[in-house]
Amino acid sequence: MSEIELHHPPPLAPAAAPGELPTKPVIAPSVSGDDGSVWTKWLTLLGGLWVFAARFFKTLARPPYEFREIVRQLNAIGFRSMSLVTVVGVVIGMVLTMQSRPTMLKFGAEAFIPVMVAVSVMRELAPVLVSVILCGRVGAGIAAELGSMRATEQIDAMDVAALDPYKFLVFTRIMACMIALPLLTIYADFLALIGSWMIEKLYSGMSIGLFINSVQSGVDFSDYLPGVAKTIFFGFTIGVVGCFEGYNSKGGTEGVGKSATDAAVTSSLLIILLDVLFVKLTLMFWGPG
Amino acid sequence: MNLFHRHEKEATREYPLLQADHLAIAFDRPVLRDVSITVDHGETLAVLGKSGTGKSVLLKLIVSLLSPDSGSILYKGNDVTRLTEEHLMELRSEIGFLFQGGALFDSMTVGQNLDFFLLKHTDLSIQEREEKIVEALEMVALADAIDKMPSELSGGMKKRAGLARSIVLEPELMLYDEPTTGLDPLTASSIAELILGLQTRLGIASIVVTHDLPTAFTVADRAVILNEGVAVFSGKMEELEHSEDKFLRDYLSASQLNRNRREGILHPTQRMPTIPESAGRAA
Ligand SMILES: Nc1ncnc2c1ncn2[C@@H]1O[C@H](COP(=O)(O)OP(=O)(O)OP(=O)(O)O)[C@@H](O)[C@H]1O
Ligand SMILES: [Mg+2]
Repeated sequence: MSEIELHHPPPLAPAAAPGELPTKPVIAPSVSGDDGSVWTKWLTLLGGLWVFAARFFKTLARPPYEFREIVRQLNAIGFRSMSLVTVVGVVIGMVLTMQSRPTMLKFGAEAFIPVMVAVSVMRELAPVLVSVILCGRVGAGIAAELGSMRATEQIDAMDVAALDPYKFLVFTRIMACMIALPLLTIYADFLALIGSWMIEKLYSGMSIGLFINSVQSGVDFSDYLPGVAKTIFFGFTIGVVGCFEGYNSKGGTEGVGKSATDAAVTSSLLIILLDVLFVKLTLMFWGPG
Repeated sequence: MNLFHRHEKEATREYPLLQADHLAIAFDRPVLRDVSITVDHGETLAVLGKSGTGKSVLLKLIVSLLSPDSGSILYKGNDVTRLTEEHLMELRSEIGFLFQGGALFDSMTVGQNLDFFLLKHTDLSIQEREEKIVEALEMVALADAIDKMPSELSGGMKKRAGLARSIVLEPELMLYDEPTTGLDPLTASSIAELILGLQTRLGIASIVVTHDLPTAFTVADRAVILNEGVAVFSGKMEELEHSEDKFLRDYLSASQLNRNRREGILHPTQRMPTIPESAGRAA
């Protein structure tokens, strides 16, 4: 290449202007403690999260991605959460069916139990419960993992070797969360229906065919799709918060525990708040009337 | 990728490889108050000082892991604190950094740790990378640990693996954070010789942070001694030995004491008078 000289501007930097020094790294403020102003802490935290999340889209705009690492994280985040989600899914379906039976019976609406369970599970229960539970399993796990990498200077080592730790460690985990959450939610939806049918079978001897028919008659894609779609955003939230807390973890090994707790607290709270927003949006598009 | 090299041909020989002036940084309290260092091409500088005086912080400032509150850091004449992200990446790919604890990536084997660096920064084939990895690991006597996970290594082995990883890319400037601390004396002196060899054979300049005076005297051309945020000594190693400064004399004699005691252990006869023979039998 002969035109290499033109590729970059010369690295001669301008002389240091006083009072214009680069900022120090963001410190993740604690949300689990109760000293100081809570509001200032939350605002600082949200600001930090915003900047951190913006970097995700910058990285997204610059392929190639670390596909092998994404797959590895999908296994760690998604596949290894399956047993937990299995239990959660089946139990939601069973419990909801048992709880609603007496009331439905009272109104003579026993036949609507499958539909009612399916709609509740698909719209709200599976997406939100799975996401909130994974805030602990996945969000705190990511924060602890990255926090200990920070404490043992592994992240610094990547930085110093120009290996882009954000791209390798953070982007891949957020991506994996965004892919894993919807899949796990679909899986939980499915298992909840099985759980519900098992209870129906037990109490009223309903056949699987009738159960499926009943569900199909009352459920359409507007019950199903928004519920799954919002978990992409919940996954994003879990990934961003978990990575942010771990990446900016302070104070060595003691800081790791704090980061993990903060990640779980912050992400579950954000998910519940986001859910209100999504419900509002969904009703605007598919709402009655 | 070779911007700095190209630049070097035209201008950088006019500058020292690294020149940091009047660095100051404070966390909860001031750590560095006014520290200036210079490293010339192919030169080795030892940074000495008590624990907690900010030696590691000084190294992190040089690679922009931390930003100074004031002062300037020029690498080949370019201000490190004002580089664009792209140029910072380039600078970092020319500098090797050995962290105090090795900082191996614990999800990868030792071999993969080294390969990760080569994969990202070179276009070598698998065989070529493999050769380089084995070569680097042999230099630190860890060739048989290539497939071990970091959790299976001892502290000293981690440090040596970290050293192999940071030299596998043949940097122009190496920053060593306590390369020999926690190693047995034999390994320590072989690491010191390795550092010296990198300097004499490959012309790699380095900054060696250490508590270990024998290492410093083996590898360094010059030394800087930090105390309470300022450089209390900066000069050639020979000058250090003949300095009259009280802090320096204390610092040196404390290490001298250690050495004497070590030698005392090697020559038991010298130690005899301090342990009366009867004391042993009395019980
Ligand atoms: N990122 C940081 N945030 C806050 N304080 C820090 C940070 N890094 C270092 N310090 C503080 O700066 C001081 C100097 O730390 P540094 O690690 O540079 O010491 P050192 O000279 O390398 O000591 P040692 O020989 O024990 O490694 C310490 O008091 C430490 O607590
Ligand atoms: Mg240190």
